[in-house]
Amino acid sequence: MKSNQSYAKIVMRRFRKNKLAMAGSIIILSLFCLAMFSPFISRYDPSRIDVGQILIPPNAEHWMGTDESGRDVMSRMIYGARISLQVGFVAVGITTLIGIFFGAIAGYYGGMIDALIMRFVDIMLCFPTFFLILAVIAVLEPSLRNIMIVIGVTSWMGVARLVRAEFLSLKEQEFVQAARAFGASDFRIIFRHLLPNAMAPVLISATFGIAGAILTESALSFFGLGVQPPTPSWGNILSSGYKYIDFAHWLSIFPGMAILITALGYNLLGEGLRDALDPRLKGS
Amino acid sequence: MVFFLVKRVLMIFPMLLGITVITFIVIHLAPGTPADAITELNPRASAQARENLKRIYGLDKPLHVQYIHWVCRLAVMDLGSSFTDGRKVLDKIEERLPITILINALSLFLIIIIAAPIGIISATRQYSLFDKVTTVFVFLGFAMPTFWLALLLIILFGVQLHWLPISGLQSMHAEGLSFWQLFRDRSMHLILPIFVSSFTGLAAYSRYMRSSMLEVIRQDYIRTARAKGLPESSVIYKHALRNAMMSTITIIGLAIPGLIGGSAIFEQIFAIPGMGKLFLDATWARDYPVVMGILVIGAFLTLVGNFIADIAYALVDPRIRVEDIG
Repeated sequence: MKSNQSYAKIVMRRFRKNKLAMAGSIIILSLFCLAMFSPFISRYDPSRIDVGQILIPPNAEHWMGTDESGRDVMSRMIYGARISLQVGFVAVGITTLIGIFFGAIAGYYGGMIDALIMRFVDIMLCFPTFFLILAVIAVLEPSLRNIMIVIGVTSWMGVARLVRAEFLSLKEQEFVQAARAFGASDFRIIFRHLLPNAMAPVLISATFGIAGAILTESALSFFGLGVQPPTPSWGNILSSGYKYIDFAHWLSIFPGMAILITALGYNLLGEGLRDALDPRLKGS
Repeated sequence: MVFFLVKRVLMIFPMLLGITVITFIVIHLAPGTPADAITELNPRASAQARENLKRIYGLDKPLHVQYIHWVCRLAVMDLGSSFTDGRKVLDKIEERLPITILINALSLFLIIIIAAPIGIISATRQYSLFDKVTTVFVFLGFAMPTFWLALLLIILFGVQLHWLPISGLQSMHAEGLSFWQLFRDRSMHLILPIFVSSFTGLAAYSRYMRSSMLEVIRQDYIRTARAKGLPESSVIYKHALRNAMMSTITIIGLAIPGLIGGSAIFEQIFAIPGMGKLFLDATWARDYPVVMGILVIGAFLTLVGNFIADIAYALVDPRIRVEDIG
């Protein structure tokens, strides 16, 4: 580990050798492309209703069939990729920021502050997460923006614990003492010296967190408490398709597959990142 | 051990207080007052009705007074009455709770019984075919939207094969059945819900068991056990397993909120009249007293679950158990 660049190179090399991690990356990259170029890739307008083409099974024209309003399911799925990307990144972004904030303060200052913050974390962890999310949704309106915030605000506790643990061991090391001896402020020590060294586990957990956020969003949308129609999300496509499960199974199969593959992609990526960033944990 | 127990019991009280504060805050995130939301749903509610509601729930008082008022009533197990049907929230929860606890307890039992051996075998035969197959299963378990899994199982076993009932707790004709027939009928109804509710946990716990076992196997005392010529089975099941099990006990405690939260999903899909379904219905109806009640009780159950896990941990870990003897 001579310099930053060579460390990055080592990580990249380890990552590239890992077939599963590469598979995960390819899945995620394809999703990015789908989301970015949705209007160019989809063959139909996702909200174009065609009463003459209701609940048509998959065929050459509509690869994933049509739904109960005659809309092209594949186009809706492609636009749905945008929602799941957005939810994943925004929710986990919020989670990570809150988690780093509390974890860093608790780990760096220790003592009373640490005890208070960690008890708060313990209390938050007592709530069945899905119940807590449902309760907030009951109070606020179900909407894309609200569920991103709610998922973010209810799942930062793991990150806080990770960051705190890293800080506790890092702050005793010589480079921190050196920085302090040079008169660096707490703020500078936390953000310039400690945090960069604690980022690897945060990055890994964020990747897994995205998969979790996408699963939660899809469950909420499935129950009509998430992304509201007509905006297509995989969860709400499933939700309306579920009513026709007896004879139009494609409405339930494809969105579920998409959610499964996406979550799988992020999990593989996370696993690959962990092996590459921290080979000690390999295979665990 | 006694010291540990006392400390652990005392810790419950501030936690309970914290749970009530957070629940209270969540409900008061609403723009306006809860009374607005109820009357919004029912536009015919008169100004008089609004005033009544405000008075009953003390909504005209400042927030901290409302909170103290609410906690005092909570302390005597008065959770108020439901906005939708006027019944006592506690009664509603009481009749729904047993089935939810039954399913969650059975799921937890199933998770431990199945996942522990899977994890141990994968760890002792790392990179074997068995290990690879279970790794694939674990990845699927982590990425599976459980509501979708439930739908797939309904299509397969209910609609296509007609092997299992897909909704409710018992069949229509259950009234005239003998005890064993009823038992069988109930069990058939519970197979799919329990499978769905334990699916993610199975994946997670077998993974934890595997990594915890792998870590223990690398330790010096295992090398020592092998070096002194103990048979491999004794090394694994006596020396390694006990140590590996210990770290996973706390994980079980941590899995409880996930299990309880998940009950909203499978109870809704399989039409099981449990607490999860009640909660989801209350969410749709914005029935705040029910939402608040279940949130508090769900968190309380988790607290109890974690407490039991901690005690179990203390019982198996001689470092805590023998502390005040030595």
